[in-house]
Amino acid sequence: MQPGLLKLVRLVAQRDLRLAIRHWDQVIQPLVFFVIVTTLFPLAISPSLDELRRIAPGVVWVAAMLASLLALESLFRPDVEDGTMEQWTLSGQPLSVMLLAKTATHWLLAGLPLVVMAPIVGTALGMPRSVWPVLAGSLALGTACLSILGGIGAALTVGVRRGSVLLALLVLPLEMPVLIFGARAVDLAMHGEAALGPLNLLAALALLFVSLGPFAMAAAMRISVES
Amino acid sequence: MSTTVADSNTARLEIRDLHLWRGERHLLRGVSFALRRGELLQVVGPNGVGKTSLLRCVAGLLPVESGEIEWEGAPLRSCRDTYHQALAYLAHMNALKPDLTALENLRFSVGVRREIVLPSLQAVLEQLQIAQCADLPVRSLSAGQKRRVSIARILLTQARLWILDEPITNLDAAGIALFERCMANHLREGGMILTAAHQLLLQGQPNVRTLELH
Repeated sequence: MQPGLLKLVRLVAQRDLRLAIRHWDQVIQPLVFFVIVTTLFPLAISPSLDELRRIAPGVVWVAAMLASLLALESLFRPDVEDGTMEQWTLSGQPLSVMLLAKTATHWLLAGLPLVVMAPIVGTALGMPRSVWPVLAGSLALGTACLSILGGIGAALTVGVRRGSVLLALLVLPLEMPVLIFGARAVDLAMHGEAALGPLNLLAALALLFVSLGPFAMAAAMRISVES
Repeated sequence: MSTTVADSNTARLEIRDLHLWRGERHLLRGVSFALRRGELLQVVGPNGVGKTSLLRCVAGLLPVESGEIEWEGAPLRSCRDTYHQALAYLAHMNALKPDLTALENLRFSVGVRREIVLPSLQAVLEQLQIAQCADLPVRSLSAGQKRRVSIARILLTQARLWILDEPITNLDAAGIALFERCMANHLREGGMILTAAHQLLLQGQPNVRTLELH
């Protein structure tokens, strides 16, 4: 008897978490990248907190976006290269659910650490503590959007050799709205204004991507595997 | 050119007039065959003639450009999921995660297809004489042992149709004999096998046919 969808999600998540623990050194790379990039700005621009505070929302958001892009490379490629993904498409189970479970696990490993680390990085750039909730909230919604959008791009380009540059060219323009709303929310919060507007828009985007994204991912993955 | 091996209403898997192009090359030119319960069909031919492509096509991994594939009388397009539930596909690649142990690999790859308990996993590993590898990371196994773990997946899936691409690669003589016994067992239980191999398996048995591609 075939296992149900919940069991399926649990199996995929369990497997990916176990794999992540076995090579954690690769899993933390995007997080280290995020911390290093944000540290470069005070060195390059000015250590004065007033100036840093002005650019902090943009810096944190752009760095988070690039870090999540960096993490995408390991989302599907290993499984496609060793033939596992082929077996997934032949399992008779809905591929969209399996890929959504995989992407959600990936977010836990690559997106959530950024959300947790962001307030610390923000503080280093002169963000007041009152901004923390908005910063973490916007990044939580934003990285979820980036994971799904990036997942669609990764599924499309995984069949291409050395497709990581192509992936960036494909995905970054699509991620612009997420960046705009996310950075704007943090900026508003830093000026003591209500950030609910852009946060709501981010939440709407996240809902849209989570509900429709898996089907696009599955379709893209079938094309990549069937070539 | 048409390569017809058998035609029958009782066929469960039927391929009619399959054509496939890879780039500019016309690889498969009107391949037709039918596979019934308890039968083994071996696809033979020189390297690069399109054996793997044919197998991938039949498994539903390559889009069919012209021709028809029918599973139990229904075209593949309309019964994709039920077909795949009845299919176990062994590719060139073993589809194993090197960082997981043999048991962990099987628990996942079989687990997504059907409920499985540990004793039956261990029993099959025992049967394939790799019980001692159960808790070792696949990375540390030999090529032949990895192949046996993949074969364990095929056995455990309990699928009716096996599609095996060069199943005996890297197996030693004892492994090949062992695998032939597994195949014979599967056929006796009414299973079907479609395989591409350079070495003919289960030679001389009445339910074994070959399909030559050229």
